[in-house]
Amino acid sequence: MMKTDKWHSFFLICFLVTPVQALSASASYHSDSDTNLPYETGHDMSFDKASKKHDMAMMDMSDMDDMSDMDGMDMPDMPRSAPHKAAPAKGKKQIKKPRIVYKAVDALAPLVDIGHHMHGMDMGRWFHGVLDEFEGRYQAGGKSSLRWDGELWYGGDYNRLWLKSEGTMTKGRVHDGDQELLFSRAISTYFNLQGGVRLDLDSGPTRAWGAFGVEGLALYQFEVQATGYFSDRGVAGRLEGSYDILLTNRLILQPQLELNLYSRADRRRQVGSGLADIDTGLRLRYEVWRKMAPYVAVTYDSPLTQGRHMARKRGEKASEARFTFGIRSWF
Amino acid sequence: MSRHVVLRRQFLAGLGAAASFMGLSSGPARADARTPLPPLEMELHITRRKVHVAGRSGEGYCINGQMPGPVLRWQEGRAVRLHVYNHMDEPTSLHWHGIRLPSDQDGVPGLSFAGIPPGGSFTYAFPVMQSGTYWYHSHMGHQEAAGLYGALIVEPAGPSLLPKAERDYTILLSDWSDVSAEQIVSNLKMQDDYYNFRQRSLASLPQESRTGGGLSAALKSRLQWSRMRMSATDISDVSGVLYVYLMNGESAAQGWSGLFRPGERVCLRVINAATMTLFDVRIPGLEMMVVEADGNPVKPVPVDEFRIAPGETYVVMVTPQKEQPYTIFAQSEDRTGYARGTLTPRAGLLGVVPPMDARPVRGMADMGMAMPMMKGMVMPPAIERTPADEIDDPGPPPLNVENQNVAASPSERVSSPGDGLENNGRRVLAYSDLQSIRPPPDQRPPSREIILHLTGNMERYIWGFNGRKYSESGPIRLARNERVRFTIINDTMMEHPLHLHGLWSELENGADDQHRPLKHTVISQPGSRMSVLVTADAPGIWAYHCHLMYHMQTGMFREVIIS
Repeated sequence: MMKTDKWHSFFLICFLVTPVQALSASASYHSDSDTNLPYETGHDMSFDKASKKHDMAMMDMSDMDDMSDMDGMDMPDMPRSAPHKAAPAKGKKQIKKPRIVYKAVDALAPLVDIGHHMHGMDMGRWFHGVLDEFEGRYQAGGKSSLRWDGELWYGGDYNRLWLKSEGTMTKGRVHDGDQELLFSRAISTYFNLQGGVRLDLDSGPTRAWGAFGVEGLALYQFEVQATGYFSDRGVAGRLEGSYDILLTNRLILQPQLELNLYSRADRRRQVGSGLADIDTGLRLRYEVWRKMAPYVAVTYDSPLTQGRHMARKRGEKASEARFTFGIRSWF
Repeated sequence: MSRHVVLRRQFLAGLGAAASFMGLSSGPARADARTPLPPLEMELHITRRKVHVAGRSGEGYCINGQMPGPVLRWQEGRAVRLHVYNHMDEPTSLHWHGIRLPSDQDGVPGLSFAGIPPGGSFTYAFPVMQSGTYWYHSHMGHQEAAGLYGALIVEPAGPSLLPKAERDYTILLSDWSDVSAEQIVSNLKMQDDYYNFRQRSLASLPQESRTGGGLSAALKSRLQWSRMRMSATDISDVSGVLYVYLMNGESAAQGWSGLFRPGERVCLRVINAATMTLFDVRIPGLEMMVVEADGNPVKPVPVDEFRIAPGETYVVMVTPQKEQPYTIFAQSEDRTGYARGTLTPRAGLLGVVPPMDARPVRGMADMGMAMPMMKGMVMPPAIERTPADEIDDPGPPPLNVENQNVAASPSERVSSPGDGLENNGRRVLAYSDLQSIRPPPDQRPPSREIILHLTGNMERYIWGFNGRKYSESGPIRLARNERVRFTIINDTMMEHPLHLHGLWSELENGADDQHRPLKHTVISQPGSRMSVLVTADAPGIWAYHCHLMYHMQTGMFREVIIS
């Protein structure tokens, strides 16, 4: 529990500095009666507090901790925002007026567990890895490369450890190598907060960054990741998104996009400032089985703005649309 | 020889074993009430071995060498002493589903006792005070998912309240996979629609727009669902892509069969022992008379079809008149497969297998959203409930990591047979059809109403009550002999068969107070609100959980403490 509390306050701070509200699963409904329950777990609490600020107008029941001693409370008159009416049958023989109490009958309390069999039943930990991109990108002109992008994670429902890796190998040299070790914490229905370190580890000079971001499923089932990076070389950001279009249940078309931003140029890594580069693809995969899907794709990657000038100065043809094929797999 | 024949033999052997138990005990069953019979003694040996089902092999659990275990036959009024031996390197347990007994005999490791250790044994001893069709299964880990279950029939002490039948068969339905339960849960945690290959796709769009009132309506519905980040095609979490559906341990290829002579009345004791599958059962060409639900006799209801959820039992009577085979057809709710058996006048004769029905699609009612009243729609009758003195209402559940949806206006659905069965041209059993023959023993109005929300996040595959999983909750405490109403609001878009151990759930289904049926497992339909009355007359610690085993194991579980 101690650990949870610490994380709770940590994330409460995070909530105040990041616009997580935009990510919170449907702000259309807000539970007002829950703030008084004694069982609040960390995530609920921060969630409620953060949203409470602009939700004061909805305040009604939140000050009524326990109304068990308020006899004769008339149910229908109560300004409850709860969408369901509590049980009493309407009509003629309504003599009794039930009291509404908020005892939270299943509130967090010690559970009986003889021989520790129940303990952790729903607290399993899992280990999975997914290689979203493992592909060869081909071009008639000769510049072909191998690209990978994937992650491993280990953990439970709330806390997970992520290891992300991506990179591109062209003519024996690895560039865009990016390895991240992140702690991931579930913060809302569909989103996880992630923080950790990023290492640019490839054939170029190595750079280290702190990393902090969110990852999850946005409205309309878009997979999104937004991560900010910081170091003595300034700040950087990355936006990633993808969407699965089911042509059939096994044939899936997936547009994917990755954008990188840097506050300062890093000439030794051939990175320009501003919107530095784009990597995008349209992949058509066939899920032979869920965990194994070969695909064909058209991919396009290019430095942008200053990076584009830098590439031109070096005399490289920077932007390439390439025919690609690969395999998506996971375990 | 194919393997299912072998399994069938094992099953028949089980019947034989049960019959021999009967032989031991019948005779002076109701001779003299003052000299009680000695307890019925049984030995059950639990082992694990490689089993072969429908051409696939995997780890399976056996009781006395059989999977499913033998049919146990007990007698009302006569105590049992069950010596259970664990011959495995893992702990185990047996739970007597639906049997009222002292809580330390209930067989839930952690709640009733410490389990049966590897190589150890445990003797269950308790009086049997009820009759009817029940079943038993392991409550340890994932053992039930891999075959550790069997049928349990308790003969009544007095004259049976069921119509007399010439034949009596047990129909034990289950699902089986060669992939371990741990692996299935792990896959679902990574990808919630792992086993759903019937999602809406571009290919299914033309058909949807034909049936759904045009292209724009179909697209609009898709947008609506994807905005909610949910799937209208999410019927069963684990489907026939993986599962082989079994009837008495036999796959559908040949199937179980039972003999009849035309004109005989056949009693079918249907039990759903599946891990994750609701079955819709029918026998084309035969009317089924539902005479017992969850062990309790009900006024006979003639139906063509009924839905049975994991944990439930129904007894139906059929009277086949023609000299022809009749197929017992049990299709999974998501229509990805079926279990099949045959009632046949001659051994080896098989009936025609009907095509599966159209699969259900979740709608706004399943989300707990108000539906516009359409012309011709019948309002479900309002169920009159005596108000309790006090309502314990946690309020609508929070939308958080563990909860995806709040049913804004949950509806009464006990008069609906369930998703996919409405208006299918057949008479399908609904909960509102069940009327108990015996009046419920406790006629007091509830003094307390406890509102529980069923919640879950399909995307993360977490389930629970009130937006919290088991490990983040505490026990529900009831005072001894307290009469409470549990009001269940299902905020998820799936059915949840809720099983309350050790106590009857008196279903408020619109029947008057003399005819409310007693059940041990009740389906809460998606987006619905329903209530059961419970008399807390059995002190101890009881489990209250969803009987879709992976929902239970990912958090839809509570302890109920009566003191």
